[in-house]
Amino acid sequence: MIKAIIARCKQGHRTTRYPKEPVLLPERFRGYPVLNGRACPADCRLCADACPLGAVTRAPELSVDLGKCIFCPECVQACPHGGISYSRDARLAANRREELVVREGEEHRLARALDAKMLSLFGRSLKFRSVVAGGCNACEADSNVLSTIGWDIGRFGIQFVASPRHADALWVTGPVTENMREALMMTYEAIPAPKLVVACGACAINGGPFQGSPEAHDGVQGMLPVDLYIPGCPPHPVTILDGLLRLLGKMA
Amino acid sequence: MKNALLLTQNGSALPRREIPGHGGDRFAEALLAALSGGWRVVSYFGVPEAASLRLYCLLSYKTHGTLGVMSTEVTGRNFPSLTPLAPQLHLFEREMAEQFDLVFDGHPWPKPVRFQRPFASPPGVLPTLPERVGVMDFYRVAGDEVHEVAVGPVHAGIIEPGHFRFQCFGEEVLHLEISLGYQHRGIEQMVLGRPCDRTLKCMETVAGDTTIGHGTAYAMVVEALSGARVPARAQAIRGIALELERLANHTGDLGAIAGDVGYLPTASFCGRIRGDFLNLSAELCGSRFGRGLLLPGGVSFDVGGELALRLRKRIAVAREEVANAVELLWDSPSVMARLEGTGAVSEKDALELGLVGPAARGSGLNRDIRRDHPFGIYSMSQLPVQTAKSGDVYARTLVRWLEIVKSLDFIEEQLAQLPGVAIQYPVGQVGGELMAVALTEGWRGEICHVALTDARGQFRRYKITDPSFHNWSGLAMALRGGQISDFPLCNKSFNLSYCGFDL
Repeated sequence: MIKAIIARCKQGHRTTRYPKEPVLLPERFRGYPVLNGRACPADCRLCADACPLGAVTRAPELSVDLGKCIFCPECVQACPHGGISYSRDARLAANRREELVVREGEEHRLARALDAKMLSLFGRSLKFRSVVAGGCNACEADSNVLSTIGWDIGRFGIQFVASPRHADALWVTGPVTENMREALMMTYEAIPAPKLVVACGACAINGGPFQGSPEAHDGVQGMLPVDLYIPGCPPHPVTILDGLLRLLGKMA
Repeated sequence: MKNALLLTQNGSALPRREIPGHGGDRFAEALLAALSGGWRVVSYFGVPEAASLRLYCLLSYKTHGTLGVMSTEVTGRNFPSLTPLAPQLHLFEREMAEQFDLVFDGHPWPKPVRFQRPFASPPGVLPTLPERVGVMDFYRVAGDEVHEVAVGPVHAGIIEPGHFRFQCFGEEVLHLEISLGYQHRGIEQMVLGRPCDRTLKCMETVAGDTTIGHGTAYAMVVEALSGARVPARAQAIRGIALELERLANHTGDLGAIAGDVGYLPTASFCGRIRGDFLNLSAELCGSRFGRGLLLPGGVSFDVGGELALRLRKRIAVAREEVANAVELLWDSPSVMARLEGTGAVSEKDALELGLVGPAARGSGLNRDIRRDHPFGIYSMSQLPVQTAKSGDVYARTLVRWLEIVKSLDFIEEQLAQLPGVAIQYPVGQVGGELMAVALTEGWRGEICHVALTDARGQFRRYKITDPSFHNWSGLAMALRGGQISDFPLCNKSFNLSYCGFDL
């Protein structure tokens, strides 16, 4: 017992202070893209051609679809002109699918809070039921990490619960494999209304590396109404936390 | 044996026409002789040909660091099952039966593996449509007071889906059957054709917590097929990344095991320290899971002197903190009482089922690809293999801890002496009519990738064998005669991949 207490003192209090203080991200972290189409020679398609998932578009203007992007370094490495790069800004979540498309010159759209009625229901307590529908255990791992002492999302009234009947919202990861489609829909049905849906990660939003697979459904699109999209492959825990706090109006 | 197998090495490519093809009887005879002579099956899979199916068997002979391969042609729908004589083949045969509409005569357990549509069917056979996922003929125990418990596919936490069917007498588990396939994304079919960047992205997510393990195997396959070389510095960085992946996952597992026996100090500390190791991977390449680090021919990011120094400092801190957190386990009799004797798998069962990784080493099997078939940096710098005898949750916990210490040593050693300058060499065209074999030791154990190319250098078949493919049967065995309430603990002590199995 005494050893455990000494260890407790040694390990210290290590919960992130986010959102009061920023989270220090590594130098090579790839977050919100920075587009500089003026640097692009006419007809240059190097970035778009390098993107393995068709997230980068050159015409009519340079844009990146964060719903398809897996934040790999390919486009940046392919571009010799400095037209595209990633910032360390990890705030990526959005409320609507089309808001995930980043175009040059547009302002950075952040996720907005739920409406007043929904906020009165879920603002202080939001319980999620997770369904992994083909996820590779990376989105899952970095969703799980939010419940560890490093992040402690319980502080904000957010919790992952063991039954859809106890839940307010569905947490979907993975490209929705055909073999999980039914279980996903049954879980959604089992959550009492009103309910929310979060699509966490590139797979759940658009299929990720598995878009077009005959065994999967390119994510939840057309299957479930999504209230929050969290891009990334997988999203960094701070991206997830930031999105959730914005959804709950806690980032004023 | 010499004539039956074509011998090769880890990370090599060989012309397909040189692979010996035997008649069915000779193939079976040679395979069984090899197994009784100390060889072990690493992969066994089918490749459709014009009007038939060719089965390839890849074997390992660890004391010589040698791999052997042979094949046989199946023209009809039936092939004799060798599972009754060699249990380690059981799932490979079931997989081939499902993928190619074959019937393995005499297989004791002919059930679906992933509930997928067949890749191909024998001539004249209509493709068998899969049953609804999870619907199969589960083994049942009958009798008064015997009851059945069904769990999944959706589990209570943020966990991948799978179905578990327990046959119980009171609290005692008489039998556990595990039915998977829910995560099937069709990777092996998706990556056919010319290897490209997209292929690499699929490989990085075969099992997303093993990005470096699977990514390295894929890179080795492409390098073997194209005759590319990899700079020494890149090999060292790959090794550092692979050991960081092991550290993060082993630390997380030790925390999860502590959590499942209700010992919260270690659970809390390890949950956080795991994140510290993931953050070190992010220092390497921007991603906590090592995404974007690897590419055929080398790595995308260098580790300069300043970064190496920073990593070494953080590794030293993490070493102290993880030791502090884990030592509490060994000092707590209530924890030891829960770990010792729970979920034991005997050495004999582990050997017969062909277990790999920490699960095998916990049951006393001394096998580790890093030493037995060394690849990349491990050809130069060895890690001592850690084993334990008892085969229980305690043994699997202990092996993980011992491996954490060795991985920390290894990383510190590599960071102190990164060789050379180059981190990438160019990769040429993938050669035609070749077979390439790559094995790595991921944190769960042996990962095997095999690629066969056609005349134009496109993948005709890509076979992935995740360690979980070997080890799920080990978990089922661990539960026999145990308490159903011990399932979560046993499950954590294996911590297997669902998507790596389902592909």
